[in-house]
Amino acid sequence: MRRHAPAVLKDGLRRDGPVTRPGSMQFTALYDRAAARLELAGEAAMEDAPELERALRDLQGAPPAALQVDLARAALRDIGPAWLLHDAIAGLRGAGVDVSIHGAPPEHFAYFDTLLSREAGALARPSTPSLMDRLAGFGRSLEERGRSWHEALVFGGRLIASAAFAWRSLKRLRLPSVVRHMHETGVQAIPIVAVIALLISVISAYIGAQQLRPFGAEIFTVDLVAIGVLRELGVLLTAIMVAGRTGSAYAAELGVMKLNDEVDALESMGMNPYEVLVLPRVVALVLVMPLLTVVADAMGLAGGALLTGYLLDLPWSQFVMRLDAAIAPTTFWAGLVKAPVFGLLIALTGTLRGLQVRESSRELGRLTTVAVVQSIFLVIFADALFAIFFLEIDF
Amino acid sequence: MQAPVIRVRDVVNRFGAQVVHDGVSFDVAPGEIFGIVGGSGSGKSVLLKTLLGLRRPDSGSVELEGRDITAMDDRELRAIKRRYGVTFQHGALFTSLTVAENVTLPVAEALELDEASLERLVELRLRMVGLPLEAAAKHPAQLSGGMVKRAALARALALDPAILFLDEPTAGLDPIAATAFDDLVLYLRDTLHLTIVMVTHDLDTLLRTCDRVAVLVDGKVIVDTLEGIVANDHPWIRHYFHGARGRSMAIAREDAGGA
Repeated sequence: MRRHAPAVLKDGLRRDGPVTRPGSMQFTALYDRAAARLELAGEAAMEDAPELERALRDLQGAPPAALQVDLARAALRDIGPAWLLHDAIAGLRGAGVDVSIHGAPPEHFAYFDTLLSREAGALARPSTPSLMDRLAGFGRSLEERGRSWHEALVFGGRLIASAAFAWRSLKRLRLPSVVRHMHETGVQAIPIVAVIALLISVISAYIGAQQLRPFGAEIFTVDLVAIGVLRELGVLLTAIMVAGRTGSAYAAELGVMKLNDEVDALESMGMNPYEVLVLPRVVALVLVMPLLTVVADAMGLAGGALLTGYLLDLPWSQFVMRLDAAIAPTTFWAGLVKAPVFGLLIALTGTLRGLQVRESSRELGRLTTVAVVQSIFLVIFADALFAIFFLEIDF
Repeated sequence: MQAPVIRVRDVVNRFGAQVVHDGVSFDVAPGEIFGIVGGSGSGKSVLLKTLLGLRRPDSGSVELEGRDITAMDDRELRAIKRRYGVTFQHGALFTSLTVAENVTLPVAEALELDEASLERLVELRLRMVGLPLEAAAKHPAQLSGGMVKRAALARALALDPAILFLDEPTAGLDPIAATAFDDLVLYLRDTLHLTIVMVTHDLDTLLRTCDRVAVLVDGKVIVDTLEGIVANDHPWIRHYFHGARGRSMAIAREDAGGA
């Protein structure tokens, strides 16, 4: 049992190991049940609290009618263990036990009496929720949900208003800021987007070739990869990457600015935070998403060509011919047209959640997560709507 | 004089070509309240980090309770760290934990104790720093600035340290809360015989609480009693204490007039 080694700290440091206490003696606490005597000896530091606690637990398990506490050979140097002893004695006295102390009571006891005389009462602890509390909590979460929708509406309205205003002059569009965000969210994202697109097309080409081989239809792997990448995978994977990269960055940046009162500072200077902070980010991402999608498409086709060339021994020229036959003129545009919409959804979610950060840094972490999860959800949901829409109009 | 609790010898700290401390030496006696002041960028925070063993100086030695922490390995350093408590400028309370959990954390980490004992100890620390007991269940975001400082102090006291490091303990507090905090620091020193090192810019705190003051100027340190420092004719120090001197004299006159 762990109780037998009280003097060893959790991390294996001996109590008296590295920190020597000059002239001190190992602390021991013993409760002798037969004699109803609690005997302490040695100098008690905070690290000896477990040893003291063990003796006190023995004592409190079967309290005697009259208790002797022997402190003649003990020095309660640190205040923590002294408090535990003081508290235990007070508890026993409260329960009608006659406690007598031998030796001088620790000097801290007088200090405790002044402390206790200042404030009565007990430690507050988090209450366990009753049915009413739970109902109230449910109500609050509904209200919270409603407020979140309301905030989203206000956000959309103010953004449209500032966009309409910004449209009239180039200065209000804040081109330097837009360009900076395009660089951060677009140019810097090219390597990761390219690699992901390449890998995904390699994977789908590999699986496609394997499945189509029994039918002797391996050549259609080219169709599979081309249509899959151009219509769906290229733009969808780009959007998911951008949601993880940029959606979270937008939320965190704006959240930190909110916590630092930077948003209030902007407003106090008569600047509209929607125009200065939100609009450039949204515009940048709407412009950048199609460009990234083109990169992803190109890399996806390159990956397809690479793998079909390797697996099916298909020369490059044949791949291009097959590609030409496989895709309709609209295939590329069916993917690309979705890109700005996805960009808009990601940017709006990220900036909205960022601006919702209030009071604490805990909030910041939560809302950043929410921004990423929701923007990915919205992207996939919008993609489903696009799929149905394209099917209906035969695009 | 008793053996010093903290002994700093010829500490040199540099970042690249920039020398922050160029041979800093001083002693802190047991039971002393020792103030550290200096202009922005004079290396107060770096000095504090060096004293805490969070940064190894480029040369020189720092002894806490007679043991050189600059030559220690991580294990020994961890044991020495139990001997001091620190409060940071903005409290540095863990935002996801309640006040009670913040105070319990270092104790539960170091010692095998029951829930009940841990709770009793939280009550002790809250009483010691004068926090109302209902603050225990609150999160740091729900506390006022003064209460955050007190809760941070409660956490720093959790393992009964012998040395207390306070970084800007009264910054951002209103004068009444700051005075109450000064009183608390003095009271803890007098009842618990703690050795306290504080970095502060608050002249009132400096005047009320500190026995001796170290001024960091030009990479060196000038240590003296408050009267000695105020009388020092280094231009920066004269500048720094000019207001304080006037104020302390005004207070002294007021006292004399009232008596």
